[in-house]
Amino acid sequence: MKFGVLQFPGSCDDIDALHAAARVGEAELIWHGQRDLRGADAIVVPGGFSYGDYLRAGAIARFSPAMESVVAFAREGGLVLGICNGFQVLCEARLLPGALLVNANLRFTSRQVQLEVVNADTAFTRACGAGGRLSIPAKHAWGRYHADERTLAAIEDAGQVVLRYAPGENFNGSAHDIAGVVGEGGNVFGLMPHPEHAVDELIGGSSDGLAIFESMRMSVEGVPA
Amino acid sequence: MLIRPKAGILDPQGDAVQRALPALGFTGVSDVHIGRLIELDVEDAQQLRPMCEKLLANPLVEDYEVQLLEGGA
Repeated sequence: MKFGVLQFPGSCDDIDALHAAARVGEAELIWHGQRDLRGADAIVVPGGFSYGDYLRAGAIARFSPAMESVVAFAREGGLVLGICNGFQVLCEARLLPGALLVNANLRFTSRQVQLEVVNADTAFTRACGAGGRLSIPAKHAWGRYHADERTLAAIEDAGQVVLRYAPGENFNGSAHDIAGVVGEGGNVFGLMPHPEHAVDELIGGSSDGLAIFESMRMSVEGVPA
Repeated sequence: MLIRPKAGILDPQGDAVQRALPALGFTGVSDVHIGRLIELDVEDAQQLRPMCEKLLANPLVEDYEVQLLEGGA
């Protein structure tokens, strides 16, 4: 299978995402100005500061030519993973519910976080194991997940909350300790922590992040969980 | 356009300023909220609200208010 990794001016985790995706499949960068998704089977919208995060994080990247194609790809059921800034972009594009606001403590924070896999029955977490945990890094200033009460109740009921910060790990003040959500169709996933930085135990603190990319590969290739 | 956090949404910047003011001797301050001001010239003022809805504000978390200054500021 082939991953397409978007690259915006201001992306900074694109190469790590490319590296992580290349561990489980083919991977190619897609410049933000191009509409052609190069036949990718799955798209990664990486972390960074697309368009300088001007106005709001993700607000401008959402309208780039590549993102227009990604929105159409997602509407047809294609798998789209948004990490950190990519999560913000997918929320701004309304492919995911809610929004990311400034951390409750107003600080940029970079640390390893422990996550609980709340729903292992998704295209992005099937390799994680039910009740599993992931130890992966998070690094952001605008990562406080917010949605109104009605939306929170709806996504909880529908199993769209996929990852939660483990007890004591919710450093940014996210509603319901939410670290990652899927959209209604289950084919778009956004999370604030960085699985692409945790694919090698030597430098990532763990290789737990690989499970996300491996899950996507299994889903695209139709491998039974 | 004045853009501000929706009522009821935690506004840690406003809270931080609210805590800082009494430390400087300003008393009786409450309900501090911090938003953003966007100034622009536009030929067709009808476009302002759609601009806010689509790009300038995130209606999920922000309210906006349009103020028109005819003939430019």
